[in-house]
Amino acid sequence: MTRSTAQEARDRTHQHEGERRREHPVTGEPSLHEPGPIVRPYGDTTGDGMVQVSFTLPLPHDKRAEGAALQLAAKMGMSPALLVHAKAMGPHFTFFVVYGSVTHLVDVREVQVVEREFPLLGSAEVNQAIRAQLGRKLVVVGACIGTDAHTVGIDAILNIKGFAGEKGLEYYREMKVVNLGAQVLVPELVESAREVGADAVLVSQVVTQKDAHIHNTTTMSAAFREAFPAGEVPLLVVGGPRFEEGSAAALGVDRVFGRGTTPGEVASYLVHELVAPRTTRDPRGEQR
Amino acid sequence: MSSRRPALLDLDPAVVRRARSLARKAGKPVVDLARAHTTVSVERATLRLAGLSGADHDGTPWVNHLVDAVRDGVGLEHGVTTPVWDALRRGEAPDLLTLAQKASSGSASFRLPEKRDLTASRTAARKAVAKGIRTVDSQRRARERMVAKVGDAPRTPWIYLIVATGDIHEDIPQAQAAAREGADVIAVIRSTGQSLLDFVPEGATREGYAGTYATQENFRLMRAALDDTSRELGRYVRLTNYASGLCMPEIAALAGLERLDMMLNDSMYGILFRDINPIRTFVDQRFSRQVHARAGIIINTGEDNYLTTADAVEAAHTVTVSQLLNEYFAKEAGLEDWQLGLGHAFEINPEVPESFRLELAHALLARQLFPDAPLKWMPPTKHMTGDVFRGYLLDGFFNLVGAMTGQGILLVGMMTEAVVTPWLSDRDLALQNVRYVMEAAGGLTEDFHPPHDGLIQTRARQVLSEAVDLLDTIVSDTSTKGSAHPQPLLAAITDGTFGAMKRPPTKGKGLDGVVVKADGYDNPATTLLDEGATR
Repeated sequence: MTRSTAQEARDRTHQHEGERRREHPVTGEPSLHEPGPIVRPYGDTTGDGMVQVSFTLPLPHDKRAEGAALQLAAKMGMSPALLVHAKAMGPHFTFFVVYGSVTHLVDVREVQVVEREFPLLGSAEVNQAIRAQLGRKLVVVGACIGTDAHTVGIDAILNIKGFAGEKGLEYYREMKVVNLGAQVLVPELVESAREVGADAVLVSQVVTQKDAHIHNTTTMSAAFREAFPAGEVPLLVVGGPRFEEGSAAALGVDRVFGRGTTPGEVASYLVHELVAPRTTRDPRGEQR
Repeated sequence: MSSRRPALLDLDPAVVRRARSLARKAGKPVVDLARAHTTVSVERATLRLAGLSGADHDGTPWVNHLVDAVRDGVGLEHGVTTPVWDALRRGEAPDLLTLAQKASSGSASFRLPEKRDLTASRTAARKAVAKGIRTVDSQRRARERMVAKVGDAPRTPWIYLIVATGDIHEDIPQAQAAAREGADVIAVIRSTGQSLLDFVPEGATREGYAGTYATQENFRLMRAALDDTSRELGRYVRLTNYASGLCMPEIAALAGLERLDMMLNDSMYGILFRDINPIRTFVDQRFSRQVHARAGIIINTGEDNYLTTADAVEAAHTVTVSQLLNEYFAKEAGLEDWQLGLGHAFEINPEVPESFRLELAHALLARQLFPDAPLKWMPPTKHMTGDVFRGYLLDGFFNLVGAMTGQGILLVGMMTEAVVTPWLSDRDLALQNVRYVMEAAGGLTEDFHPPHDGLIQTRARQVLSEAVDLLDTIVSDTSTKGSAHPQPLLAAITDGTFGAMKRPPTKGKGLDGVVVKADGYDNPATTLLDEGATR
């Protein structure tokens, strides 16, 4: 199906594209009701493949630089590519905005998603599970480590005030929460976790300059694994807006939480990992 | 710098006076506490003013060696200078550097001189330190001369841009490029973690982590480069660094010696966000502010940081309280109004109804409360989501508040905040944003008069009255009366009043570097700064 066929159909009916396609589909056009499995980016028409990119080339702004930008766009799979904006930034650099249709197809069947591996519990259920099966308070230590002073993440999860309408972990009667705040050094965090007998350690990392969040997290997990005997390491949980889903193993932690995580999700996860009766043996040992 | 005078908010002058007098009441006991103590960093700064620089082959500065040796030998309660110049007079070493080198290997002995020896040592110390103070004075005159000769920033707000590559030799061309693109002020962000180093690194450095180390040589190199660019552009480009962390006094001294123009220097930032001991901070703070006052340096305070941890609407009054405290501490240390870049920020959640009007109210309140201070207006960070397009709009509104309320220093917001360290194109787009708003709406200060008892006026009065209430609560807190730390402000910091951080005076980094002054304590730097003397 070509763009012009669809446009003709739209012109004929004077309808909004979506409306037109539901009521007057063109033969061969993908149905609105069954998206995928093969998709392309959407500009204003299904299948148009339109994307926008902006970038800077280390070239003075002239015809050659514009040609170079288009060459790059072509190599990125944009065909045809439309150079909509070019601006000199000083004598040595040019900034470009390019629109174009990408030739690539995306097969949504090949996309892998990390599904939530634990059931979501309400706060009463969390408290009850801890009381019934742990028989003591669940101890959680939280901190921003390294030089990260952005406590917004850890506070959203821990402070009573909470986040997204959910109360933070301090609100849970059966949890003991120690929030160490910002700029906590890793040895201090390990020491505090040991002192209070932490079941779980929550670390938040917002600053990502030069991959500080990755560096800090691997330092932290290594320190815990060195300081505690195998099987007694607290559950290590890290959160922040720029962590990749599924990077837990690479970071040496048990779970990574991304942007938009709520306290209830974290509490449910902690119960799932630390409290819920297990059908398989806990690789971290019995004394959890 | 001339500041625009926007429409009045109809603040009750009696409430404003009360706010200032409460700030004084809260601050005074802390100043007394600061005057009763010294710190290792204050003593090291004094030695730096006397000309001691350099480090051993491991990078430990000679000032650290010498202060540590004196502390081990006779203690620091009398100040480092008296035992040091006594040792020089006794021929322990021919000069300060050699003495420090000998002290580092334990082969110099120190004592507390008495009578004529005491007087003579003090005189010699004063003479040496006065030389450094005169260098600071001559750097201030050099700045004034250069501004007069090449010209000043053409308008306010001054456009403030950050560079931070970690490598001073990369920073220099970036800073020069930023200046050519329109920056009036260049800030070189420090390497992550420098605030917690209890020494100042030495030499030109090329390996910083998300920033470049503050060193005397880096200061010198960057200032020299910006002097060239200032001449090229026909306007004086100011240089900013950070007098904060455990070495705040030393960095202030180096800034004075190397003619930096503005320094980040908040009265409580280190306590709250770096977990530095409160007493250490207040002692270091007072000394560094005295140096800044003398050097003609504009300080930038860090109230924007409170709003990164607390809600910008709920905690708006804590910003005002901190500004009032910063003003009190600054003036007590000798800084003048034109040197007070009091901070505040555009951090209200854009989802909050009327968020822009509330921002205007808060910004106008700061403008009206401190009419002669330049004020530093900080861009949104907390609600920059990674949606760079929305971020660009938010930065535009931030710039508009800056234009409408006559801010003195505008830190340019990046749409890629919280995404990447700014790219060349981010900076260029951000400057276009600022230029557009300033040229399109800079004159709005003339037309913009919030209506009597409208939302803006009412909100500003509400924030001020909440600030007065909070200050009142702080100074009337008698729960720590009779304890080791009865100062109500310290109690408030312990309770987490500011930035929701709880910081007791008995904890925090750098506490072991705090020393109670003895009766015979002498510090020629403090004396010269107190007296305004040059010899």
